[in-house]
Amino acid sequence: METSSTALLEARHIGKRFGGLTALSGVSLSIHRGEIYGLIGPNGAGKTTLFNVITGVYAADEGTFLFDGLTLTGLKPHRVVEQGIARTFQNIRLFANMTALENVMVGRHLRSHAGAIGAIFRGPRTRAEEAAIHRRAHELLEYVGIARHAHALAKNLAYGDQRRLEIARALATEPKLLALDEPAAGMNATETVALRALLEKIRTDGITLLLIEHDVKLVMGLCHRVAVLDYGKKIAEGAPAQVQRDPAVIQAYLGGALP
Amino acid sequence: MRLDNSLSSVHQRRSRAWIAIAAIGCVLVVLPFVLASVGTAWVRITNLAILFAILSLGLNVVVGFAGLLDLGYIAFYGVGAYVYALLASPHFGLHLPFWITLPLGAAVACIFGILLGAPTLKLRGDYLAIVTLGFGEIVRIFLNNLSQPVNITNGPQGVTLIDPIRLDGLIFNRTDTLAGLAFNGPMKYYYLLLLLLIGVMLVNVRLQDSRLGRAWVAIREDELAAQSMGINTRNVKLLAFAMGASFGGIAGGMFSAMQGFISPESFVLVESINVLAMVVLGGMGNVWGVVAGALLLSFVPEVLRDIVSPVQQAIFGRLIVDPEVIRMLLFGLALVLMMLYRPAGLWPSRTRKREFAEAAHD
Repeated sequence: METSSTALLEARHIGKRFGGLTALSGVSLSIHRGEIYGLIGPNGAGKTTLFNVITGVYAADEGTFLFDGLTLTGLKPHRVVEQGIARTFQNIRLFANMTALENVMVGRHLRSHAGAIGAIFRGPRTRAEEAAIHRRAHELLEYVGIARHAHALAKNLAYGDQRRLEIARALATEPKLLALDEPAAGMNATETVALRALLEKIRTDGITLLLIEHDVKLVMGLCHRVAVLDYGKKIAEGAPAQVQRDPAVIQAYLGGALP
Repeated sequence: MRLDNSLSSVHQRRSRAWIAIAAIGCVLVVLPFVLASVGTAWVRITNLAILFAILSLGLNVVVGFAGLLDLGYIAFYGVGAYVYALLASPHFGLHLPFWITLPLGAAVACIFGILLGAPTLKLRGDYLAIVTLGFGEIVRIFLNNLSQPVNITNGPQGVTLIDPIRLDGLIFNRTDTLAGLAFNGPMKYYYLLLLLLIGVMLVNVRLQDSRLGRAWVAIREDELAAQSMGINTRNVKLLAFAMGASFGGIAGGMFSAMQGFISPESFVLVESINVLAMVVLGGMGNVWGVVAGALLLSFVPEVLRDIVSPVQQAIFGRLIVDPEVIRMLLFGLALVLMMLYRPAGLWPSRTRKREFAEAAHD
């Protein structure tokens, strides 16, 4: 199974410092095509930093990324998305004053072409593209189950629906890897169950998922493999059940072995 | 049945819109004759108002759509005006036709827009405002001082005897008679400016509702999220600067042609603020609002100028306060009241209105 051709994203010895603080050091991991990969760890372990490094928000101080056979190191966020890694944010970052539909339409920016000239003259090609953007955005809203709110402002959506909208917007960029930063944060039990079903569906449709999550139950039930970060280092990796029993992980989470 | 109803109501609305457009069109065509009967000065005032509307629409792309606060916008107007003036006046002995000088002015202004945009990409809000303000002043000071060692701009004296727009036999600063109607210079410019304004409005409307327009709004709302959606924020912002500057350049060229004389004094900071006030007052991001704001802020002071002196004469028997002072006083008061009661502008855009409503709730 673990051959290089199955790896979609491969991180090698990633290091990131903020001044004197080492946020990540020597983190290596590989995410396989078609799996749901979980990234867990206590608060401040460096999960979101790793996320930001992968998506180009921060530049890594050390290490390299290989994504789908290409090296991604040092690319700006908009280039990373172009390569096929889309993300959501821990603290939802929708375009609050645009409608749900418009939010997803922005996600199509990358996969459409009309420029200023096209916009001004609005020829048949631009109009066709605009119609296609509209259609696709609607489909995606339908896909994540919030099509009935298409014309509601993003900021007026219920919390769980905002999370779904972020996912739809990310899917609009046609990613190979969808990176979700705590998608279940703040959701109640019912919403989490529904989210889980959505994530399973996305995976079945051929998109690999990377997931930072605090909800251990969700991670254990959903992810095929899990990596645990603590103080910027990877302390464990493997199947959820196996990681759960790892002494280093128990040490990190509970500060000592169970009696 | 219901579908039929809604269809026919759409038709009705559409035909009503066409009637309205036709009516407004007739008024606009006849307007210069009405104004000229009051005084040619009023045609000139209208022309300047339209020019400022074009200018405001240019700034609207930068401030209203992309949310980049630009306090040096008048510099692009100045660049366009000087390009036209220097290439079509006795100053260098060049007399190029307007269809070269106007687009060239827009192109040079566009380059200046990119020059301003490139180093300021990472700045936002107040910081961007300060840098753009400085840029505007730099351009003005250059225009003022580029008379030595080589005389390029003719310094504070400005450029005189600038060619009017000329199309074969049709010379714009002369009176022509057509079908028994006398068209004087300002009236001809009025029609030309009106066409230009309609064009610029159309461009604004189309940009607003396009892939690019959405990208601008996305950047305004959340730049990091916009980047994460694959928007190349650098290019898209530069495009906003460049397009806004080009409109400014065209307006500047028209200004040169109309006035026949320009000097650096026309491109001072107050003018930048004036244009920004038009955009903000009218309603950032909304094309109709911006045009309304520009027309209002152009006409009201002129009307006041005509009212203030006679009223003082009537009450006190002499002039106590200079009309210019009262004009600025009322202008300031109007802006303060606006900001208090309609912070999103007279006629705000959909999204802008929401943004302001949200700020008020916070």
